[in-house]
Amino acid sequence: MISVNGLHRSFGDVKALSGVSFDAKDGRITGLLGPNGAGKSTTLRILYTVLTPDQGSATIDGADVVTQSLEARGKIGTLPHGAGLYPHLTARENIVYYARLYGMDCALIDEKVQDVIDQLDIRDFADRRTKGFSQGQRTKVALARALVHGPQNIILDEPSNGLDVMAIRSLRELIRSLKEAGKCVLFSSHVMQEVAALCDEIVIIAEGQVALHDTPDGIRNTTGCDDLEEAFVKAIQTVGAS
Amino acid sequence: MLPVRAVFQKEVFDNFRDRRTLMTALVMGPIFGPILFAFVINLSVKQSMTDAAVALDVPVIGQEHAPNLVDFLDSQNINAVDAPENRDAAIEAVKTGQHDVVIVIPENFGEDLRNMVPATVEIVSDQADSQAERDARRAQRALSAYSQRIASLRLAARGVNAGVMRPLNIDVVDVSTPSGRSAMLLGMLSYFFIFALLTGGMNLAIDATAGERERGSLEPLLCLPVKRDQLIFGKILATCLFMSMSLALSLVAFHIMLQFVPLEELGMTPNFGPREVLIAFFLLVPFTLLGAALMTLVASFTKSYKEAQTWVSIVLLAPTMPILVVSILMVRATTTLMLVPSLSQHLLLVGLIKNEPLVALDVAVSVTSTLAAGILMALVCARLYRREGLLV
Repeated sequence: MISVNGLHRSFGDVKALSGVSFDAKDGRITGLLGPNGAGKSTTLRILYTVLTPDQGSATIDGADVVTQSLEARGKIGTLPHGAGLYPHLTARENIVYYARLYGMDCALIDEKVQDVIDQLDIRDFADRRTKGFSQGQRTKVALARALVHGPQNIILDEPSNGLDVMAIRSLRELIRSLKEAGKCVLFSSHVMQEVAALCDEIVIIAEGQVALHDTPDGIRNTTGCDDLEEAFVKAIQTVGAS
Repeated sequence: MLPVRAVFQKEVFDNFRDRRTLMTALVMGPIFGPILFAFVINLSVKQSMTDAAVALDVPVIGQEHAPNLVDFLDSQNINAVDAPENRDAAIEAVKTGQHDVVIVIPENFGEDLRNMVPATVEIVSDQADSQAERDARRAQRALSAYSQRIASLRLAARGVNAGVMRPLNIDVVDVSTPSGRSAMLLGMLSYFFIFALLTGGMNLAIDATAGERERGSLEPLLCLPVKRDQLIFGKILATCLFMSMSLALSLVAFHIMLQFVPLEELGMTPNFGPREVLIAFFLLVPFTLLGAALMTLVASFTKSYKEAQTWVSIVLLAPTMPILVVSILMVRATTTLMLVPSLSQHLLLVGLIKNEPLVALDVAVSVTSTLAAGILMALVCARLYRREGLLV
């Protein structure tokens, strides 16, 4: 469970966030939707503690991201934007490295790593060096290392970027299976269809504020648009006008 | 597993697979110094060998005016050969580099000698050219010796003891040991070792910040439930290991190289056996922490791998500064100087090669101050690693 309460954050004169609040519940997939530069990445970066908010707070399973950042980080698995791998290490070694840093029991690491390799279907290239991997392979490995410690909360920043159709399909399946397992999944995207196909809850962000937070059906009702894309555009324009 | 250990293991493992890092750490750094050194030594051996042992051909103008002088020069292994026709042509020939040294004997040489008037002999040479200058000095020495001999003969002819011309008999007693003489030349060794040491860790230090950021692997790393201090200390320790390997290799490379360099011909016996290699390693190894932390610190300010390389290369020069200043001022080793990292290692190493006993206090001060500076630098690094701007 991730709770976000009135986050404010500026970079110099630029106000990236001005009061973002929402909850992402366990067993649900929450999509953070918004145009480029709306503040999605800033919000997620505050959640995985590499940025601190100027105002407001956020908790992950009750752990405050500022005052208990180490604890909060232990409760999440993260796929930051454009997550890089170590090119001289194999996929498996990349995952093992993270498992060690999560402080997992040494005796269990090999088994857990194999589990996540099976789960994400990366057996074929698990023991190859990651140098020269395709974007799809890279994302899978980066996801595997984020999930190896079995976190309750999963934060993904634009996970489908640069993936082909097949890779996107398997990513969706994975996200659904995490939901089935009762996890809290929060991911950002600027692609409407992707969010519509997957999410139980949609948080639309525009100009550093939450424009709408509802289920896909709820959003259709509120905006009076049948098409989610129309609804998205309308919600953003409402913020722009106010 | 402790995070520091996990990071350390991964960095070492990762970099052992990186051919570029391995080449710089294990080949370039350790080999560069010995090769350059062997080259310089061989050159100076060759230079000193030419003295006296090899016949020197000097064009002499007006040989017919001084046949005895020409004979004398011949006895000093200096052959008078055909020269340009006159003094102006000789000056021109030296200027253009056709001849290094030309001796000019004027027409009235014999007459002046007979009349007891100081007879002029000219040596034409370019004193800015070190080879020519050495030849000119040799010719001058021979001419002075000739002058002395004639003076003695003149006094003898008048029944005066030639000793009256030499009220003082100056004798220099040289107490320098052969290893002491080597220390002057081997003094530059310490810088080569520090250079090799720093080169060994250069790529790792850059990789820790600029490299990880460029690859996009820094952000996920910082999302892990690990204190940033632990990450940076693991990285610095891995850098230290590579630096130590580089240092050990360069020490061994020098030890081997010295077997092949004819240092004895320069009157030097370097004291650099296996025992000294081991002691030198322990004297220099505390410097790795300071070097690793300093390089990581500099690299963390930069935006890209390339930029980091430029700045970190400058760090390679920093340890020379104290060594250079002290070499120019010819300062003797004191315990106070042992407080300065890089300089203290240099002074201790020179003492070691001179075969002087190591002062326990000096070693203790050197090791402690260098380690303290290293720890301080590592803490500054950790502090910088904690800031938010690290990612941007």
